[in-house]
Amino acid sequence: MSTSDALPTGEPGVGDGAPLLDVRDLRTAFDAGGGSTVRAVDGVSLTLERGRTLGVVGESGSGKTVLSRSIMHLFADQAGVTTEGEIWFDGRDLRALRRPDLRDVWGKEIAMVFQDPMTSLNPVRRVGVTLSEAMRRHLGLSRSAAAARAVSLLEEVGIPSPQHQMRAYPHQLSGGMRQRVMIASALSCGPKLLVADEPTTALDVTVQAQILDLIDREQRERFMAVILITHDLSIVASRADAVAVMYAGEVVEHAAADSLFSRTRHPYTEALVQAIPRVEDEPHQRLFNIPGMPPQLAAPPTGCRFADRCRYAQDRCVDEHPPVDSDAQADGHVARCFYPVGSDEGREALERNAARGANAVGTPVQLVAKRPSRPRSKEAV
Amino acid sequence: MQVLPVLLLVSFATMVLIDLVPGDPVRSILGESATPEQVLAKRAQLGLDQSVVGRYVDWLGNALHGDFGTSLQGNQDVGGAISQRLPVTLELAVLAALIALLLALPSGMYAAYRRGGWFDRATEAVSSALVSLPPFLTATIFVFFLAVNAQVLPVTGWVPLSQDPGENLRHAILPALALALPEAAVWMRLLRADMVATLQEPYVLAAVAKGMRPTNVVVRQALRPSAISLVTVAGLSLGRLVGGSIVVEFMFALPGLGNLMIESVIRHDIVMVQGLVFVVAVAYVVINLAVDVAVAYLDPRVRQG
Amino acid sequence: MAVAQVSRAAVSDDQVVADGVAPDPSAPTSPPGAGRRRRSRRLGLWLAVTWLVVIVLAALLADLLPLKSYSELTGVAAQRPGFRGELLGTDLLGRSMLSRVVYGARASLAVSLGAVLIGAVVGGLVGLVAGFYRGGFDHVVTTLVNSVLAFPPLVFLMAIAATVGANLVSLVIGLAVLTIPTFTRLARANSSTFAEREFVLAARSMGVRNPRILLREVLPNVVPVLLSYMSLLLAVLIIAEGSLSFLGLGVPPPTPSWGGMIAAGRQHLADAPHLVFVPGVAMFLTVFSLNVVGDRVRSHFDITPTTTGGTA
Repeated sequence: MSTSDALPTGEPGVGDGAPLLDVRDLRTAFDAGGGSTVRAVDGVSLTLERGRTLGVVGESGSGKTVLSRSIMHLFADQAGVTTEGEIWFDGRDLRALRRPDLRDVWGKEIAMVFQDPMTSLNPVRRVGVTLSEAMRRHLGLSRSAAAARAVSLLEEVGIPSPQHQMRAYPHQLSGGMRQRVMIASALSCGPKLLVADEPTTALDVTVQAQILDLIDREQRERFMAVILITHDLSIVASRADAVAVMYAGEVVEHAAADSLFSRTRHPYTEALVQAIPRVEDEPHQRLFNIPGMPPQLAAPPTGCRFADRCRYAQDRCVDEHPPVDSDAQADGHVARCFYPVGSDEGREALERNAARGANAVGTPVQLVAKRPSRPRSKEAV
Repeated sequence: MQVLPVLLLVSFATMVLIDLVPGDPVRSILGESATPEQVLAKRAQLGLDQSVVGRYVDWLGNALHGDFGTSLQGNQDVGGAISQRLPVTLELAVLAALIALLLALPSGMYAAYRRGGWFDRATEAVSSALVSLPPFLTATIFVFFLAVNAQVLPVTGWVPLSQDPGENLRHAILPALALALPEAAVWMRLLRADMVATLQEPYVLAAVAKGMRPTNVVVRQALRPSAISLVTVAGLSLGRLVGGSIVVEFMFALPGLGNLMIESVIRHDIVMVQGLVFVVAVAYVVINLAVDVAVAYLDPRVRQG
Repeated sequence: MAVAQVSRAAVSDDQVVADGVAPDPSAPTSPPGAGRRRRSRRLGLWLAVTWLVVIVLAALLADLLPLKSYSELTGVAAQRPGFRGELLGTDLLGRSMLSRVVYGARASLAVSLGAVLIGAVVGGLVGLVAGFYRGGFDHVVTTLVNSVLAFPPLVFLMAIAATVGANLVSLVIGLAVLTIPTFTRLARANSSTFAEREFVLAARSMGVRNPRILLREVLPNVVPVLLSYMSLLLAVLIIAEGSLSFLGLGVPPPTPSWGGMIAAGRQHLADAPHLVFVPGVAMFLTVFSLNVVGDRVRSHFDITPTTTGGTA
């Protein structure tokens, strides 16, 4: 393990116990032409400690990819993009920095792993060059020193004949290997936070578990914070310490992973969990799906954004926008809902809707629903 | 391999074409008062009594040995005349290409990087205008303002590179510039368009997210993939420049292949024209091959089939 | 003489951002002023179209307009524009510049348009068939295309002129032959792309025979692309014809031509610059307008890949 000794890592338990990442009311809006603005991230707050994993779950269009970029403040000084809020990272507000200073943070203290390794690696450059770049830039290493480190990184992420692969081009590697290279590149300067944007979506199922295991292992060894962004609930079930569920640019539920599944509070989360087909189900069981579609982010509704698809929706949901509440037990489990699942208000709301056959918006509602249970995590095949 | 058929076809077509041109080269050599016997004799001497195919085969055989024959006018050795004039045209073409690159590369990169900014808009307008200006017009204007009025640069004439590089450059700069400007405009727009597309690629974002500086991103990450189209187009332009800088050579009275071409065609000097066309075709083909090699170098995905 | 035109990448400049898709973070820090740019673009486009309409109408209706004959000597030579009612002045022989420019427009436009149309039809058909069927015919076509491109255009044109006679017809034919490679390449690239698309496969599986597929399915898709390039090639040909006339090898006298007028006025730039600038500006505006319009049209239709093949 001599290579690990030489690698910079985040120190555990340092400082005043403040979280490594503290995002407060982050907003990112795009100027979509013709005067309209797309509010892709509309008031997201979350925290993350060192060495912990936060899973961010959402369907496409929920804003989770924009969130990943926003957390790094990649949109700084960019034309047509407005950002608000605070991003406290390791004692500094990233939003107060301009691009030149942010470039010292990117790649060195916060690193990102992208979704599709085929297009995220420069096709005309050799793997070794791509790997060495960040180290030479941030750590000031010479070409040979960086190359040596690159080789050990390749070994660490499980690439066979690393010395030889240094001279390979991305198109000569398989998808899984490319993603490993991507991860190696992200880890090269020993970041304190790793943002993994759907790292396994573009990969075969058999490879997915391997990559996730790799990220797990690296996290433990380096005591890194990890943000795992995905649309796949089963991934966050097994790999994340805490989960944030995103819908239409907002975090609608945020809890420890266990709590999210055992004490689901937001109707959207409940519906997501129900939609997962399970091995124990009867054959030919009709799959549950959520009726309707997410709202246009250029013109979000005034009330709750999930209202038109929600079984529990009442009139209040249409008129008022639900803030993030706190759980009575204050274990950090929060949800944006007036009638949370499993609460008295929630049960009454559901009965009321079932009785009249539709929710406050008019969408039909059935009373009977499967009991949500924690989905099984994917095993390595 | 396309090279061989193209060269054969071009050289044969030239012979046929010139053959179709009315007017008897023999008569123009011997004059109107020549007797029929003299004409026949001369014709036999020049091998003009054979069929086109026969003449072509003869010519090809000689050409492969490097002998392009003797000019019908003035008894000049064709090969010699060509090799004397080739450096001029080559220098002009290369200089024009270099100037065009020098103008197009930085402006194309910067316009793409600062897309929509004032520089981008300004260069778009300027390049549209330049593309619409034919070289002979720009050359005329240059000559007027720089040579006639300001007397800064010479209007006509040429000094060989080996003799005096400084003077050579003074004579070459205006014609090269006139040739370079429209090319630069096209190349710049092409590079800009490709680079704008490349800068959207995920791997560019990945480089930015690694903290790479803008110079690195634009030049080291994005330039190579974007340059592929540019190299192809530049290569084609170079090939064209070699064969087509005629108007400029004419205007500036430069002793290059272009001027020789004009004179030879006007005088029906078949042999000279044949040799010239062949050389130009070879240059075009060679440059095309070089372009293919360059593209393979730039894009490793192309290399293994 | 630039006759070979190449296809350029079609990139839409107005980037509309969809939610969830992060735009390029290395984009400019200055505001794009998108609204401003769009407005000035539209203005430019309309100006270009206006000029083209004016010049085309003038060329078409030249005989009907109250213009002096272009060969009539109105008297005073080499007069600046505005002198005694002559809108654009007179040339070295005292002929009306206005008339000469208008009739010159007619010559340039007629020659270029004729050449482009012939080139488009012939080149388009050949390329269409070559790209669809591939195989031996395609090889032959590619060799021919490369040969024409390798051939010095001037020699070809001069030979044609010397053979058939230096008149407008020979000029049109010569220029047409030189545009054929471009259209062939364009048609071929698009034809082969479309030939691999599903709707062709579907037609074939329904039993439709190849020639019909070619005519009914592929051709209608290739034609718009060819049309979209015509404006650009027109611009190129006007320049080519201008260059030829400049060398004295183009439109034969007494018909005036822009290139010829520039050549004639070349030596007198000092004392009578209008001799060069009047036809020069006319030519520039026409070519510029054709380029502006052509770019706009092309950006709607172009799907050709950016790299045009070398000798392969």
